[in-house]
Amino acid sequence: MRIAVLLKQVPDLVEEFEIDDAGTDIDREFLTFLLNEFDNQALEEALLIKDATGATVDVVALDDPEVDQALYTAIAKGADRAIKLTGANGDGWLSTHARAAVYAGWLTGESYDLVLTGVQAADDLDGQLAPMLGALLDVPHVSVVVGVEAADGTARIRQEFAGGAISELDVSLPAVVGVQAAGAEPRYAAIAKIRQAQQEGNVDEVAVDPPAAASGLTIRRMYPPEKSDRAEMLSGSEADVADRIIALLRERGLVQG
Amino acid sequence: MNNDVFVIAEHSDAGLTDATFELLGAARRLADAWGGQVVAVIVGNAGVAGQLGSADVVVTVDAPADYTSEAHERVLAGQVTSRDPRLVLMSMSTQGLDLAAALSATCDRPLVSYVVGLEPDGDAVVATAQIYGGKIMAEVVVESQAAICAVIAGSFPADAGRGAGSPAVEAADAPALDGLRTTFVARHAPDAGDVDITVADILVAVGRGIGGEDDIELVQEFADALGAPVAASRPITDNGWLPKSRQVGKSGLKVKPRAYLMFGISGAPEHLEGMRDAELIIACNTDEQAPVFDVAHYGTTVDLFDLLPELTERASA
Amino acid sequence: MIATLLAVEGETREVFEDINLFGKVVFYVLSFIATALFLWGSWQRITKYRRGRPAGRIRRPAAAPSSNGSAPTVADTVPSNGQPSKLHTVGTIAANSTVAKRDRSMGIAHFFIFWGFITLFIGTVILTIDEDIVKIATRQFGEERSFFKGVFYAIYSLVLDTMGFAALIALVYMAARRGLFHLPQLDYRRAEEPAGGYDRRQYQLGDQLFIGLLGLVLVTGFLHEGFRIRASGFPDFEIWSPVGWLIAKGVSGAGVTLAGSDTIRTVIWWVHAVLALSFVAYIPYSKAMHMLTDAANLVTHDPTTSRRLPAPDPAAGHLGYQTVEDFTWKELLDFDACTKCGRCHVVCPAAAAGAPLSPRDLILDLRQWASTSSGNVTLLDSERRPEPTGPLVTDGTLAGDVIRADTLWSCTTCMACVAACPVGIEHVPTIVELRRSLVEAGTMEPSLQDALQNIAQKGNSFGKSARQRAKWTKGLDFTITDARKEPVRYLWFVGDFASFDDRLQSLSQTFAQILHGAGVDFGILYDGERNAGNDVRRVGEEGLFEMLVEQNMEQLTAAEFDEIVTTDPHTLNTLRNEYPGFGLDKPVKHYTEVLADLIEAGELDVGALGSTATYHDPCYLARYNELTEAPRRVLRAIGCDVVEMPRNRDNTFCCGAGGGRIWMDDSGLTERPSENRIREAAELDVEMFVVACPKDFTMYTDAAKTTGHDASLRVVDVIELVAEALDRQPALGAAEI
Repeated sequence: MRIAVLLKQVPDLVEEFEIDDAGTDIDREFLTFLLNEFDNQALEEALLIKDATGATVDVVALDDPEVDQALYTAIAKGADRAIKLTGANGDGWLSTHARAAVYAGWLTGESYDLVLTGVQAADDLDGQLAPMLGALLDVPHVSVVVGVEAADGTARIRQEFAGGAISELDVSLPAVVGVQAAGAEPRYAAIAKIRQAQQEGNVDEVAVDPPAAASGLTIRRMYPPEKSDRAEMLSGSEADVADRIIALLRERGLVQG
Repeated sequence: MNNDVFVIAEHSDAGLTDATFELLGAARRLADAWGGQVVAVIVGNAGVAGQLGSADVVVTVDAPADYTSEAHERVLAGQVTSRDPRLVLMSMSTQGLDLAAALSATCDRPLVSYVVGLEPDGDAVVATAQIYGGKIMAEVVVESQAAICAVIAGSFPADAGRGAGSPAVEAADAPALDGLRTTFVARHAPDAGDVDITVADILVAVGRGIGGEDDIELVQEFADALGAPVAASRPITDNGWLPKSRQVGKSGLKVKPRAYLMFGISGAPEHLEGMRDAELIIACNTDEQAPVFDVAHYGTTVDLFDLLPELTERASA
Repeated sequence: MIATLLAVEGETREVFEDINLFGKVVFYVLSFIATALFLWGSWQRITKYRRGRPAGRIRRPAAAPSSNGSAPTVADTVPSNGQPSKLHTVGTIAANSTVAKRDRSMGIAHFFIFWGFITLFIGTVILTIDEDIVKIATRQFGEERSFFKGVFYAIYSLVLDTMGFAALIALVYMAARRGLFHLPQLDYRRAEEPAGGYDRRQYQLGDQLFIGLLGLVLVTGFLHEGFRIRASGFPDFEIWSPVGWLIAKGVSGAGVTLAGSDTIRTVIWWVHAVLALSFVAYIPYSKAMHMLTDAANLVTHDPTTSRRLPAPDPAAGHLGYQTVEDFTWKELLDFDACTKCGRCHVVCPAAAAGAPLSPRDLILDLRQWASTSSGNVTLLDSERRPEPTGPLVTDGTLAGDVIRADTLWSCTTCMACVAACPVGIEHVPTIVELRRSLVEAGTMEPSLQDALQNIAQKGNSFGKSARQRAKWTKGLDFTITDARKEPVRYLWFVGDFASFDDRLQSLSQTFAQILHGAGVDFGILYDGERNAGNDVRRVGEEGLFEMLVEQNMEQLTAAEFDEIVTTDPHTLNTLRNEYPGFGLDKPVKHYTEVLADLIEAGELDVGALGSTATYHDPCYLARYNELTEAPRRVLRAIGCDVVEMPRNRDNTFCCGAGGGRIWMDDSGLTERPSENRIREAAELDVEMFVVACPKDFTMYTDAAKTTGHDASLRVVDVIELVAEALDRQPALGAAEI
């Protein structure tokens, strides 16, 4: 079985975001970029399948900022091969439609049984990659997935719904899966292993054509959300704060006495 | 393309979801502005059509009762293509995450995700989306003017969509559902919870800030003193520290207690979605910049390990 | 006295008196067997050590450049590589001073057993030389000669009798100590209870056999002497064997006849001989081997390995330890050196807190595993279990199965065990090596994984943006020099906690204000600084440590400064002891040293606070860097009456946060180490609990609250007190007017 995991770098959300001069995009100059947390879950799920079945796991990414780090980390964790598709990224945000078009073009020439990626990403304003790719490749797709058991030609997939209900589905392969959470906490890769992967430098770069597709959206402006209704902050010692909280509950008759 | 607004209705075992009514309310304003109709589409459960009073037309399409993305996508793509509405509204639920982007590709319509605001602007819709984990708002118009919007639950009042009325109910022909590659196997209800957190007056909620499994006890003691159940954010239930039935948020339960007390929850949008309608929200988190303070009515940055024993003492008195 | 001594000229005793040729042959055969068993057992041990990799202890690597500047460290009292000379160590061994450290009576008892048996051994050697070399050799050249007679014999008898008797008394004390005193360090119950149970009765039997054998050898020796003297009819010169003389008197008083004594004496001679030879044979298979391994271990001990951790073996091809071959021979010797004295067990903060770690158990488990894996035969020196778990594991992972992961993660690297060990065992580096295996396998709890990922991605464990590192300086009414742009005298390496923890940022601001007020030329690296990596390294994440060192060294190399100052003892340790290996050649000071110097030089005009305080020595200052006086100098200078806790200076008790524990869950403990420490301080009736470490401030502030002592005991950093003492000065001035 061959599994491809599609990885994407997103800005680190702990950074302070600023808007660019045009007012229609974030300023990327001082941002740091990290692997999308759900892609990390997808990678873990793929590695769990590899542990269980001996599948091969390839990680694939576009030329996102600081993406090599994510690819080497994936190799350190046990991915068999890392592929970077170059030539698709411009300067700023690359829409999901564009990403999906690039991946669809490349994957058509490959023969993967399973394509896993994160269920969503912090910046997929124009939609999520997994369903879009499924539609473009005309293969079944399932998102919000919390478990994949792969066997010959089919996969038993657990899809999660609001309230925690789970559907079990059988999907014939190939298929695209949007992973919400892997069966285990994503594993840790020791830095020494990542650096070793970096030194070996085994990332295959494949040039691709710039994407023909675009999101079809016009961003008029971007702005930080107004912080109008911020909470009234209770200060003082924890005893003072506790007094206030209990009083608030008491006013509403939620605490007796 | 006509000026109609599609609302993809979603139903669970408990009937139509709140989010469906939220969408109906939002759709009404837009349809009225464009002079079109609100068309609610129900896949696979015609029985609930009667509840969709505020739509102008209810389209029911027969499909297997159990949801699979493949069957539903085929049904919905058929309806969107054949009726060609100006706008399709979906909820950013599991189905929304599963289908919206696929429909966008199949029907060749642009999609705006994470929508929290919708305004008409001439023939176009202006959607406001919440991206980068809620740190940035993006105001978006769709060039082609035929669009799909996936809306975050809780963005619009549900009451506006609960209006009574007698829409025309049309049973549309189902497309051929042969050659499906996805088979429904089973549905598992969440672990039967010891308590139902959706009916409690007070909830004491705990998040990642608690640090360790053993410290959940501190929260439990306070909750016991109040006679309230303990709820949790996703990391806590993912770690198995509390049962899944206690999880509040997008992938958990939606709650609306009279008081929601939060300890060590920073306020990821997915969690806030499940509790923002609580009457009184009090949040304790050491990071004063945490987004939770944007939805809480009262907040404090004192250490929860210091605060909880004090609270327990007062609540037990 | 002299007259009696002179009167014994020519007098002696027969060595093999009453032992016929057959007896002699039997004796020599037994001796040969005992010696062979001893040599074979010793060779087995040595073979095991030879499986280990080099430890660099025989031929020392070139001394690291001394970079400590004026800071008083071990480097000032011992040779420049931080290690005592071999000669010094031999003296230490001879004086038993490591044994007597912190347990005087035990040290004295051990001293007499140690020297008693060495004396008796030398006595036997002298006898052998006289009997088997001098006599035989001189016989070849005519008249048989012997020096084992006369005055020599009298002195010989007196010395051996006295030392033997002292050893016997000491052995009685040792037996009573084990049997009657119920000492916690001799309680062999494990810190961690294995699921299937365990049995350590062998350890107790081994102890009893060891003490018993030694005692019986002495007792039979004395009895033989007594019956010999009785049988030979009390010759005058035998008064020089006073113990034997008294026994002989007793025997005679009990009515044993001359002939009867002779028979009994022969029997006892054989009992004594067999016991003594058995003991020789028994040594390398038992606790008795410590007589040899401990001397070797102390001579090759390097007290600096905890503060300057050895880098992983680049030739291993993997991180950490998986097989016996991965250990250094010194570590394998460490395991055999352990006498189960339990001193590490009772000082360990993890064991005290109910964590599954005891340094003693760790070493004993590793010893049993390494010995079993090497085919070493042991006698009453192993733990038994119904299930093949822990030290009985034969096919499993070393870090994980033999030593459980949660055991290894429990260590705070406080070095209390290393400091307490009388025989030079270096627990901390071994634990870190085993942790390296866990890190390579990714076996760690989620909170630690988060912290390490945050440090890797953002350079700090808080997961905050690297650009926010110097945000705390925004609250100051002056701008701190950017050391990357302008030369400064002091480069202040702020550290993660002092930079990012909300509660500690105000302490950092206060320290900045004090330095600024005193006109000190200082700067910081702003967002160029990264976590220094001390605890990252001790967690076992060596790759991340190296990455942090590279990032920090890049900044440090580009900056111009004379000295480094830091408030964080952990940061201080790695900058001072480990960074020199990566090219840092500037002195590193703790802020208390800088403050003490400033105050004593009159550059900080401080008033007297007049409070009572106790000072908590941070492990990484007191034990790791022998830095105990500067904070006390500051406290005295600002008029604090310092009352010491029972555990102070190098016997300090850890707060529980070191070695990466601060990033791990401590909710499973029965009593947090910090709470234990606060209770110790609360006994003193002082107003303040003074700390000199950012982590301590948070740990003890919390512990004072959870133990209910926060109202009576104020947890305060030296920085705050100095600031208060500075404020106090104008007020005094005003009062004078």
